[in-house]
Amino acid sequence: MTKHGAAAWILAGPALLVIAVFFALPVVAGLALSLTDFDIYALADPSTLRFVGLRNYLHLLQTPLFWQALGNTLYFVVVGVPVSIGLSLAAALLLESRFARWQPFFRTSLFAPVVTTAVAVAVIWRYLLHTRYGLVNQGLAAIGLAPVDWLGDPHWSMPAIIAFAAWKNFGYNMIILLAALQAVPRELYEAARMDGAGALRRFADVTVPMLVPTLVLVGILTVSGYFQLFAEPYVMTQGGPLRSTFSMLYLMYEEGFRWWNLGNASAVAFLLFIVIFCASWVMLRFDRDAPGRR
Amino acid sequence: MNPRLAVWLVNGLLAALAASTLFPLLWMLSASLMAPGASTSLPTPILPPSPTLANYRTLFGGTGMGRYLINSLLIATLATAVSVTFNLTAGYAFAKLRFRGRDALFRVLLGALVIPGQVAMLPLFLMLKPLGLINTYGGAIVPAMASVFGIFLVRQFARGIPDELLEAARVDGAGELRVFATVVVPLLKPIVATLAVFSFLGSWNDFMWPLIVLTDDSLHTLPVALAGLSREHVQDNELMMAGSVVTVLPVLLLFLALQRQYMEGLLAGSVKG
Repeated sequence: MTKHGAAAWILAGPALLVIAVFFALPVVAGLALSLTDFDIYALADPSTLRFVGLRNYLHLLQTPLFWQALGNTLYFVVVGVPVSIGLSLAAALLLESRFARWQPFFRTSLFAPVVTTAVAVAVIWRYLLHTRYGLVNQGLAAIGLAPVDWLGDPHWSMPAIIAFAAWKNFGYNMIILLAALQAVPRELYEAARMDGAGALRRFADVTVPMLVPTLVLVGILTVSGYFQLFAEPYVMTQGGPLRSTFSMLYLMYEEGFRWWNLGNASAVAFLLFIVIFCASWVMLRFDRDAPGRR
Repeated sequence: MNPRLAVWLVNGLLAALAASTLFPLLWMLSASLMAPGASTSLPTPILPPSPTLANYRTLFGGTGMGRYLINSLLIATLATAVSVTFNLTAGYAFAKLRFRGRDALFRVLLGALVIPGQVAMLPLFLMLKPLGLINTYGGAIVPAMASVFGIFLVRQFARGIPDELLEAARVDGAGELRVFATVVVPLLKPIVATLAVFSFLGSWNDFMWPLIVLTDDSLHTLPVALAGLSREHVQDNELMMAGSVVTVLPVLLLFLALQRQYMEGLLAGSVKG
């Protein structure tokens, strides 16, 4: 196995070095940091740094703001991921329908928000959601509904951010699900048709089971991405109103770079990692136990 | 269902979805051409009553948007050049060269994908501080210089290169690095375009790391500058729309130009993964 040893290390070395020094090392250092009381004083004079064990973690678990940030993030993930993937699946099914025309145009149009800059489109949506001048409320008024203070009412702020995130991201999974739909063997549909299955039956008995592995994969990627909510509330609501859109990463950012409590902020980052890891693990288990995968 | 009705239904729904994705982007363009204050009148105008480039003049004259545009261009180009080089060489080595611990190492890399990047951000900031890399372009590109996703993408692609081709070059007396430069690189060209567009878009659209590492106003990238400006200029709707156009348009055009390569990378990175 060492036939091309020297050349291989020269070629693979730079990338591996970058990943080791600027990712692996900081991750380990972050774990160590979360066990210290690193704060603004330690930033100036590292000798004041003390090892505090799990105190940061215990402290966080007793902080109401941490639970609020976790609750908001879970709200965003638990509602946002199904909404996003549901939209992706609906769009993919429409595009793959034999009745669909102008497929390339529709596919590109539906995908466009994915490549846009989150901050810039969040700025646009902030104006579209404006209570008085926003076109969303004017659209609602046109069909006789009362205006909603989308970003100023703590009950509506998170739904508004979820709608924005779904709008921005559904195109990505749409492309993946579209490829999965196209990979379903035609014969399966033919066989179902011969057995007298209607369109809905064929969807439930052929399409859905064939899509399950892709849906689980897409689900894991999306859950992990949605747990990292930050730019949207930073731009649209600044975490408000009444901290209703304050996320885990927002908490990490504020603790770390506003108050310079880097020990505490690292503990937030690791708790977020643990939550993402557990969620992915549960979803993988779900895939393994799904019918047809045994 | 009646086929004619089905055609209308499917295409009507697709058109409604496309309208909902495109309308905000088109309205951004339209509002950026409205005179200051024009978009906050009732009913809110869809098209500019009297189109003007005044917002763009203010943006580049008064707020230093030209500077942020150059920062974004330089940082994204630099990150793309470095990461394409590093991912290309590493991806090829993992696909075609044999070295001790190769497969185990690759499994570790894939496993590392579950760790969110933000876990590394705080310590990375502390590491870069004594190195003098805070508030430098170098500091901004550091986490993007190589990626597991990029290495994986190249590896998948490079495995398709026939071994006979490499052996033939070796028999002719070429060393491994020469084989890579003269035989492999030309064959990897299609994946270079894919890697480059992913890397450029990723770097251009990135927000949290540049927000942390570039605290000096003159070094801000477009997203960081826009986020800051939109907090200061909450009332200047049209100006902010012009700022959004400047931020979004370059990547949107790049995507339209390299759409095929982008979609291939997206599918290779998720479906086969």
